Amino acid sequence: MPVGLIFYRTFEHGLSAPIEAITSSDGLHAFWLTIVCVGIAVPLNTIFGVITALVLVRQDFRGKSLVNAVIDVPFAISPVIIGLALFLVYAPRNSWFGGWLMDQGVQVIFSVPGMVLATIFVSLPFVVREVMPVLQEIGTDQEEAAETLGATPWQTFWRVTLPAIRWGVSYGVVLATARALGEFGAVSVVAGNISGQTQTLPLFVRSQFDNLNLAGAYAAGIVLAILAISVLFSMNLLQRRSARNAGGGDEDHELPGPGVFVPQPIEKEA
Amino acid sequence: MASADTAVARPPRVGFRPTLGGAGLARGAALLWISFIVLLPLAAVISRGFSDGLGHFFDAITDKEAVAAIKLTLISSAIVVAINAVMGTLIAWVLVRDEFRGKRLLNSIIDLPFALPTIVASLVLLALYGPNSPIGIHAAYTRVAVVMALLFVTLPFVIRAVQPVLMEVDREMEEAAASLGAPNHRIFRSILLPNLTPAIVAGCALAFARAIGEFGSLVLLTGNIPFKTQAASVYIFGRVQTSDYSGAAAVSVLLLAIAVGVLLAINFFALWRTRHQRA
Repeated sequence: MPVGLIFYRTFEHGLSAPIEAITSSDGLHAFWLTIVCVGIAVPLNTIFGVITALVLVRQDFRGKSLVNAVIDVPFAISPVIIGLALFLVYAPRNSWFGGWLMDQGVQVIFSVPGMVLATIFVSLPFVVREVMPVLQEIGTDQEEAAETLGATPWQTFWRVTLPAIRWGVSYGVVLATARALGEFGAVSVVAGNISGQTQTLPLFVRSQFDNLNLAGAYAAGIVLAILAISVLFSMNLLQRRSARNAGGGDEDHELPGPGVFVPQPIEKEA
Repeated sequence: MASADTAVARPPRVGFRPTLGGAGLARGAALLWISFIVLLPLAAVISRGFSDGLGHFFDAITDKEAVAAIKLTLISSAIVVAINAVMGTLIAWVLVRDEFRGKRLLNSIIDLPFALPTIVASLVLLALYGPNSPIGIHAAYTRVAVVMALLFVTLPFVIRAVQPVLMEVDREMEEAAASLGAPNHRIFRSILLPNLTPAIVAGCALAFARAIGEFGSLVLLTGNIPFKTQAASVYIFGRVQTSDYSGAAAVSVLLLAIAVGVLLAINFFALWRTRHQRA
């Protein structure tokens, strides 16, 4: 596996790369914009992800398995198609709502809202998929006990459910953050790639490369790689913690790997 | 199970509402969110794909450049999946059954292709196999590069699908077979493989879905030469850049159909398996 060598190469290039590229105003702006996209997309996906997971695990309704399948869609389709899809809905011309939104003074495509939407789209499944199995495992006994003792649904959620699923949620958040940080395809379709305006870090890497500024591309690449490594690191930490929480570091309780959602039929109560 | 006795006295769970402000509200919020974020844009792609009529749709997907791109994507994805099926199972095996120093590190490195932004993957692969290759392999801008990039991004899928199953497999059966004199390859074929097949298939399907849609890691590495190294997603991107949205949407619909088909196939496979086991 060439992974180690790859990293060696990156950093070798990186050491000789001038810092100016990333500290240039375009570079800093790209960094900031990446943070903005992630900062909006991940919390929204966390809130709705937990709600969706609760609905899918605890409720029965028609079309539930369809919804369950739709959750995986962002994971299965090409980022470019996601970008195109958003484009066709929100582009200023020839789209469903873009023209109307333009009249209201909101530009989505070639602008930050579109990039945020693209980031939300690609990172949507993670929290749902990490929380669902935990919810299935803990069952409803404790929640029912809380309700019997007179807790409101709101109290039950904050005091009983949330503490029980917290490791699943954190793991989902980490995965979603990793995906959101590095998203390139979807964002590059909707962003228009105007440097200093609609460029996230991955797009900045590309444009530096195209401008034959290899040093800049590598420097920005390293920033992204460091972010990725810290994500990996926190994933490991979370896995170990949740394993310890589940009882004595038992291997069986390790959380599944990232992005590997082996589809499982939703458990039906017998 | 102890819960079986108490289940009778318990009120039916269907009406139990642990969610925020009532089940209906939560369900509505979840459905609205998913529809707005996922379904609405997808509907736009599909409707645009067919907006100029079926004839135009078929013209767009039978365009020579499009056909070449789709063919390249499908063939390289198939190769990648085949390699992953074998190597992924092998690596999962090593990670579960062997003890060695640095195992933990290796285990986290497996996730690296997932955590590393695809554009950075493209950059480092180019540094590795590009014109100034430090290891003397010049694969950039060829079809080999397409396969290599796809191999890199799909590395975790089969491994992570097989690993948990392999952990749970009962070793007693293998030991029994070994004590009865079965050779190793026979133990693998008759005992392990049947247990692992569902996980391998699921991992392969996910890897395939990922491979046919891959974009970021191909951008810098393959040169995107039409008819040679241009993958389907890169072709779609090109169509968008030249404002041929209908053409882009038509090819997207085709790729979507393939990806959804693969996902449905594994869902049915999982369903069929649970029924099969329960029967």
